[in-house]
Amino acid sequence: MDFSLTKTETLFLQMIRDFAEKEVKPLAAEVDEQERFPIETVKKMAPLGIMGIPIPVQYGGAGGNNMLYSMAVEELSAACATTGVIVSAHTSLCAVPILEYGNEEQKQKYLPKLASGEWLGAFGLTEPNAGTDASSQQTVAVESGDNYILNGTKIFITNSEYADVYIVLAMTDKSQGTRGITAFIVEKDYPGFSVGKKEKKLGIRGSATCELIMENCVVPKENMLGKLNKGFSLAMKTLDGGRIGIAAQALGIAQGAINETVKYVKERKQFGKPISAFQNTQFQLADLQTRIIASRLLVHQAAFKKDRGEPFSVEAAMAKLYASETAMEVTNKAIQFHGGYGYTRDYPVERMFRDAKITEIYEGTSEVQRMVIAGALLR
Amino acid sequence: MNIVVCIKQVPDTTEIKINPTTGTLIREGVPSIINPDDKAGLELALSLKDSFNAHVTVITMGPPQAEDVLREAYAMGVDRAILLTDRKFAGADTLATSYALASALRKMEFDLLITGRQAIDGDTAQVGPQIAEHLDLPQVSYLEHLEFDGKNTFTVKRRIEDGYEMLQVDGPCVVTVLSGAYKPRYMSVRGIVEAFPKTVEVWGFEQIDVEEARLGLKGSPTRVHKAFSRGVKAPGQLYEVDATEAAGIILSKLKEKFII
Repeated sequence: MDFSLTKTETLFLQMIRDFAEKEVKPLAAEVDEQERFPIETVKKMAPLGIMGIPIPVQYGGAGGNNMLYSMAVEELSAACATTGVIVSAHTSLCAVPILEYGNEEQKQKYLPKLASGEWLGAFGLTEPNAGTDASSQQTVAVESGDNYILNGTKIFITNSEYADVYIVLAMTDKSQGTRGITAFIVEKDYPGFSVGKKEKKLGIRGSATCELIMENCVVPKENMLGKLNKGFSLAMKTLDGGRIGIAAQALGIAQGAINETVKYVKERKQFGKPISAFQNTQFQLADLQTRIIASRLLVHQAAFKKDRGEPFSVEAAMAKLYASETAMEVTNKAIQFHGGYGYTRDYPVERMFRDAKITEIYEGTSEVQRMVIAGALLR
Repeated sequence: MNIVVCIKQVPDTTEIKINPTTGTLIREGVPSIINPDDKAGLELALSLKDSFNAHVTVITMGPPQAEDVLREAYAMGVDRAILLTDRKFAGADTLATSYALASALRKMEFDLLITGRQAIDGDTAQVGPQIAEHLDLPQVSYLEHLEFDGKNTFTVKRRIEDGYEMLQVDGPCVVTVLSGAYKPRYMSVRGIVEAFPKTVEVWGFEQIDVEEARLGLKGSPTRVHKAFSRGVKAPGQLYEVDATEAAGIILSKLKEKFII
């Protein structure tokens, strides 16, 4: 067992930290305040290969792996959680399922555009009545000649306003429940497809979260992803991978908050000394830092297993559960250390606290992660 | 077009600490980077690769760990990397360094040789110009901008104290680049992934045609008499006022301290 980073990982961290510090961090407060999608950052990340880190070179990707990808999401999120989730949803929930389940034509058609960042990707599973109970899909797909006709509404879809291509889940056989769900690759220009209301959110306010509306949306048959009626398992496995990304995002938020806090407690003086000199500060910081490092080990373990082709869904669930709850804990305490200042938007910990909450909810709530972990334990 | 860029691995700090007893740099715990002027030179070379399909080679002289900056250069997009390293080169001053580098460069064909103006650890600004002299090539130092005509002529904007000069020079030639001249690109993810499987050519004493007496400490006429840290000065006062008022303040302050 080896806990040290490889030379490639070390060099990659040098680059992504430098990029996050210079290009992402300066925009974070503005993106949040104005609820603005940082499209200019996507355009800067694209030529560097950040939009296609784990995609093989033959499909226009960077030829990296999930470890590098998780490091990228962590470092971007430490600067700006909105930017982190843009990369995570695009990569884990759109490009990767096409890589893992697509046929050769689909891979040739979509991956080079996604991996180069020319196109942005998104994923549509959640519906008003199908959240944690994802099997209660009401979107239907009916075969019609060379096409499927999709009808239904998806909600809370990350990247949706700016995405060019979506993986959409729909019922192809209602009588079969989860065995009657199929995945489709839907392009934004397909007839009958539109993006609806944009949500006003507590955190990750720069990320575009909207409804997808399909009214007799015409999807060519060749855009079925994976096999007919096998979409539920595809979606669940896709979310397993996505959880590594969200765990990395949560880890990044926690790391960003502790960085700000360490800086602050050394500068802030009360009772004639920096508050870092108080043992209460030291002991609490020690606990938070320990949780952050434990989160990182869990994230790296899950990414490492996925890279080795080993089962990783329990590890990903643990990483997401622990890292997201750590992000909440760390950002909460970070505000406490900052006192009244931390409650204002003059300090980034206020934003980080709001950004952290979603990591306990999306791509499987903490409760779902516990179900996955306990399910494997008690099997 | 063939371009060679000389780069140096330097400690990443502008506040280098010096061991007060030995007078040498304390390098422990200080991360190493590509010298900023050299990195701007690397960007110039890579921009010429983008526009003119130039082949870019990067060379560094240093200890074996200087390989790190060559891997970084690969990740930025260079085509070939050479590490000039040998115990016989150790302890070299600028003259012995430029002699070894020039000897290595004689074995290569290039139209443009790029170096940084100076390194942040030594600040001599001598190695680039000395290489040009060893190789008897025209040189333009303090480069701020370069245009290439696509054939063999470079138009160079050169920063001088009170303005700039515009010069035309034919290849092969040497230019030394200022760090502000070109903003270095980020390494690409693919470049990073592919950087380590690539070969870094290692050249030592045996690979270049040199006289041993002119290398390393033996070949270095420079002797360090003393190295020391300057004492800390008290913080100054800043006045943002017009010129007349500023002159008045200066006069009164000088009188206050009995200087005038």
